[in-house]
Amino acid sequence: MAKSIDEYLRTQFMPHIWCPGCGHGIVLNALLRAVARLDLPKDQVCVVSGIGCASRAPGYLDFNTLHTTHGRAIAFASGIKLANPDLHVIVVTGDGDGAAIGGNHLIHAARRNMGVTTVMFNNSIYGMTNGQYSPLTPSGMFAATAPYGNVERNFDMCELVRASGANYVARATVAQARQLSTYIERAIENPGFAFVEAVGSCPTYFGRRNKLGSSLQMLETLKKNSVTAAAAAKLDPAELRGKTIIGEFYRGDAPGYIELYDGVIERAKEAAGK
Amino acid sequence: MAGKCDVRARLLQGNESCAEAALLAGVRFFAGYPITPSSEIAEILSARLPQLGGKFIQMEDEIASMAAVIGASLAGMKAMTATSGPGFSLKQENLGFASFTEVPCVIVNVQRTGPSTGLPTSPGQGDLMQARWGTHGDHPVVALYPSSVAETFDLTVKAVNIAETLRVPVILLMDEVVAHMRERVIVPCADEIEIAWRPRPTVAPSDYLPYDAGPDGVPAMADFGTGYRWHVTGLYHDITGFPTSAPAKVDHLVRRLEGKIANHRRDITFTWDEHMDDAKVAVVACGIVARSARRAVRLARGKGIAAGVFQPKTIWPFPYEQIAEIAARVDRIIVPEMNMGQLIGEVQRAACGKCEVIGHFRVDGEPITPEEILARLEEV
Repeated sequence: MAKSIDEYLRTQFMPHIWCPGCGHGIVLNALLRAVARLDLPKDQVCVVSGIGCASRAPGYLDFNTLHTTHGRAIAFASGIKLANPDLHVIVVTGDGDGAAIGGNHLIHAARRNMGVTTVMFNNSIYGMTNGQYSPLTPSGMFAATAPYGNVERNFDMCELVRASGANYVARATVAQARQLSTYIERAIENPGFAFVEAVGSCPTYFGRRNKLGSSLQMLETLKKNSVTAAAAAKLDPAELRGKTIIGEFYRGDAPGYIELYDGVIERAKEAAGK
Repeated sequence: MAGKCDVRARLLQGNESCAEAALLAGVRFFAGYPITPSSEIAEILSARLPQLGGKFIQMEDEIASMAAVIGASLAGMKAMTATSGPGFSLKQENLGFASFTEVPCVIVNVQRTGPSTGLPTSPGQGDLMQARWGTHGDHPVVALYPSSVAETFDLTVKAVNIAETLRVPVILLMDEVVAHMRERVIVPCADEIEIAWRPRPTVAPSDYLPYDAGPDGVPAMADFGTGYRWHVTGLYHDITGFPTSAPAKVDHLVRRLEGKIANHRRDITFTWDEHMDDAKVAVVACGIVARSARRAVRLARGKGIAAGVFQPKTIWPFPYEQIAEIAARVDRIIVPEMNMGQLIGEVQRAACGKCEVIGHFRVDGEPITPEEILARLEEV
């Protein structure tokens, strides 16, 4: 029987700041259930975030927690992991924080295969600053700074991170909470860089501005529009428009940066001894 | 190695001196991004740190290297980065984060001409104010400024120690000329220098209040992973470390941060002077210009001019009291500097009209010579 997630929460700070109907709670729940199944000691878990709605999560978690500057969480996390490789370092980031201002740190951590798990809470919008468009706002959608519709194309984060060299890449929506939790569990277990995109919903800004209905309707839409990677392979691009492809896109076992740097230490000590 | 090491004189380059001193002071983590004229610090540490079981990483940019340094420090390693003006600008946001969350770290800024890309990599002293006010908001920083390779060694050790004991980012401002010159340094043994660590909690984890400081204003710091699960945030926080917007708590935090540096001002103010006892004209200069000033003053004394030289090795907090005392007994202070007048502003604030303060500014990428300063001394 898995542990209750309550022991991982700083319940004295509830209620949290997220809006009613926000998908972030589901993602956080999935994350904590993964930690519970892995039975990680709280002292050995470090959760790092940047700035934005998702990045407020660490304040509610009874781990070693670090709420940093906008976009930089993965860089802070890399320093923590290098200094204490025994820690399970988990980055919590949003689509603005992680894909825009922090995009460079994300691809380089993936390239290095740094032993950090990154969970991107993708709600398609900058929620904390009133709903401006992000690199993950789908083309054509409306936002506070896209009053005539977003003309920018959005990233496919999983393809980006996979191409950058990450060891583990997966995506699920908040309508597949159990699957999401399983992916996060596998991500934490991977010694290299692991990335899970959690597609959620922001009823307050993204939903209301785009007339997507109630939070429940948004959840149902996410479920209806989810297509597994296997099923997506059989569809043509026109059929895939508006769909969210979910699944594990890559599970690798390349050595992580920490292990590779242990080799550097060995060689350096050998060279010093000569 | 067992046994006592030999105190030995070594011919070191300024950047090399900085790197070796950092290792001796216990720095075991470095994150950086390539930039001249500080490159040698990263290159040397990439070889030396892993020999000592430490970690070196070249990050994707200057911002990330500052972030990684803070992360490593939170996880218990003494951590440092090195850069130059353009990189120093990029580090400012996270430097402010370190200052506000009280994470010990050392930032070396080997200055070059600016603004922007400037004249790489000719010497300039244009970052004095960036060192103090580069990040937004009121915040404490300490900045030390060596004038020689030997001083670089000494002040690097002090920078690491101050960062740890006061839990503050310490900036080591260097001149390109000092960074790249080679001079004799007496390298001390590890047991001959004082090595400081951040204050550690003495209470049980359940009683730990991460920002509850004693009278000296410096709270105890637990490393991540040692059982003290605390929260670090760039938001205003109370003594528990968690966010607050209560005006009284916010006010207390900002004032404590300023106060902890003010409380220790005497312990962290380092200066050097020569011929000041009977001086009628003083030269106040820092970094490499202090070397030219020393030579100029000696030449002036040979010509019967009652000149003296005062060098602040600690730039921030600025030694206002010492300069005020000098201003009260000399007729004139000359401030030569390789910028359009940054040090002089602080000297004027300290002098408060008690004597004449004259600037001598050079911004052509060349160092100020003793002859230039001597000529100003002879104008008296």
